[in-house]
Amino acid sequence: MSITSPLLTHHKHCDDLFAGAEESCANGDWTAGGQAFASLAGELESHFSSEEELLFPAFEAATGMRSGPTEIMRSEHRQMRGLLAEMQGALACRDSDAFGGSAGTLLILMQQHNMKEENILYPMCDNALAASDVGVSLAERLKAACQSA
Amino acid sequence: MHSSLSFDQAPPISVPYRFFLAAPLFGVMAGILLAWSGGESLASRWTPESLALTHLLALGFMLQAMCGALLQFIPVAVGGNVWRPALVANTLQPLLLLATLLLVAGLLFNRPGLSSAAVPLFLLGVGGFVVIVSLSLWQTPATGMTLWTLRAAIGGLALTVLLGALLVEALAQGLAVPVVELTNVHLAWGLGGWALMLLAGVSYYVVPMFQLTRPYLLRFTRWFGPLLLLLLLAWSAQVLPDAAPWSRLAALPLLLLVSAYAGMTLWLQHTRRRKIHDATSIYFRVTMLCMLVFSISGATIVLSPEIGADPRGAVWLGVLAFAGIFVSAISGMMYKIVPFLSWLHLQRLGAPLSAVPNMNRMIAADAMTGQLRLHVLAVVLLLSAVWQPALARLAGLMFAASCAWLGWNLLVAVRRYLAFRDQIRAAASHR
Repeated sequence: MSITSPLLTHHKHCDDLFAGAEESCANGDWTAGGQAFASLAGELESHFSSEEELLFPAFEAATGMRSGPTEIMRSEHRQMRGLLAEMQGALACRDSDAFGGSAGTLLILMQQHNMKEENILYPMCDNALAASDVGVSLAERLKAACQSA
Repeated sequence: MHSSLSFDQAPPISVPYRFFLAAPLFGVMAGILLAWSGGESLASRWTPESLALTHLLALGFMLQAMCGALLQFIPVAVGGNVWRPALVANTLQPLLLLATLLLVAGLLFNRPGLSSAAVPLFLLGVGGFVVIVSLSLWQTPATGMTLWTLRAAIGGLALTVLLGALLVEALAQGLAVPVVELTNVHLAWGLGGWALMLLAGVSYYVVPMFQLTRPYLLRFTRWFGPLLLLLLLAWSAQVLPDAAPWSRLAALPLLLLVSAYAGMTLWLQHTRRRKIHDATSIYFRVTMLCMLVFSISGATIVLSPEIGADPRGAVWLGVLAFAGIFVSAISGMMYKIVPFLSWLHLQRLGAPLSAVPNMNRMIAADAMTGQLRLHVLAVVLLLSAVWQPALARLAGLMFAASCAWLGWNLLVAVRRYLAFRDQIRAAASHR
């Protein structure tokens, strides 16, 4: 198992949570939508913070690349956090159009972001951090997040 | 190791938009041309009107949209650095527009001189595009089947244009070449080696992304592109004097491969995790259904000489391919790309996120689904008009109207982008 494989699995898990939240809110089931959205927002936050606090610093220390891929990933995390906040606001007002618009935007941003990570950044991290124990810490942290959600 | 990797170098927004806005105009021209010329223009693939309609859609609608999409897609999806995309777009797009209009006029009014004049423009415009895009596709350190398929598609584009140039010159100079066979091969490389190859490469990337489907089976993506190339090469052997009978045997496996791609895409969409439908996902379904009808019709024409003898059979296939498959796929893609790019570029201006409208506010969902319905109606009417010439004028008007609506929807999105951009800049200057 590679260092970043827990992150890859977690991407798919977040996709499922996203689909559930979007479908419930589009159908006007705000209770189920609210629960699914809370799980999604919590798990995405855990995912972002695991990368920002564990993976990216280790990668930057190992390669010396402090700007570039990790900087762009952090900036896309900020954009996704902003869209999650918009979705939270729309959920509170039960505004399905606003929720759907922000959700649709988040979906593309998130998928594009995931593909960049899975195809480019994660393989670079697996190469650069093969000898480190970052993978174990990442797996434990994401597992704890999934259990608490 | 990854020094040449472009991680976030999407081109200026004007690069894809200038191509996307031009494409629907050619669809409108094609619809008006059909409405003006009437049903007899669809009597065979060789009427001047048929040839003009084909090239209005292939070069005006499809090539414009596909060039714009590639310049946007390559940096984002496969990390390729396109050399000076704004300069490339500003230079090559006018060349391609002029070349398309000259060629279409030459074909429509039977003026070989006009078509000949288009040839150097196409060689320069498409040649320049092929060279610049190839450099970016071969220099990227990324890997994967999308990248491989894009490279093959660019080769398909180059071959299509070279064969087209040869045909134009052969007809203008009266050279002794097998015109029918060369046209068959030109068409197969244009529709299969370029357009379908590009659609497949892009769909490996965007179908899972937009609908949260499973990825295409790796076994499928590894074999689809190479098999398509191999079968197109076999089909191309019909231009050789002794190879004609056996080379046409490639038609059935080609159609089987096309239907396998359509079937797999429909299956992926059917088993998707995201349950919400939007104009893009429905447009993709229309595309794939038309592809299946194309394959079944093509096989029927190959296997039944009586049906194959009717010249309208080829026109039926042409309507399915151009209007049903590629105009649908491109329209659906533009409805996703344009609102997202507008959002992405606006929020990069540094405004608070709440000041940036989300994708749904760029083009109204009702406007997209309304246009989609009109497009489907237009395709059904066009297909009917192949066998019922009296419907051709109505079909042409409907197709022109649906393309005009598509263009209007895209224009609305661009105008909203510009208005919000100006608001954000004005707010920033007052802070």
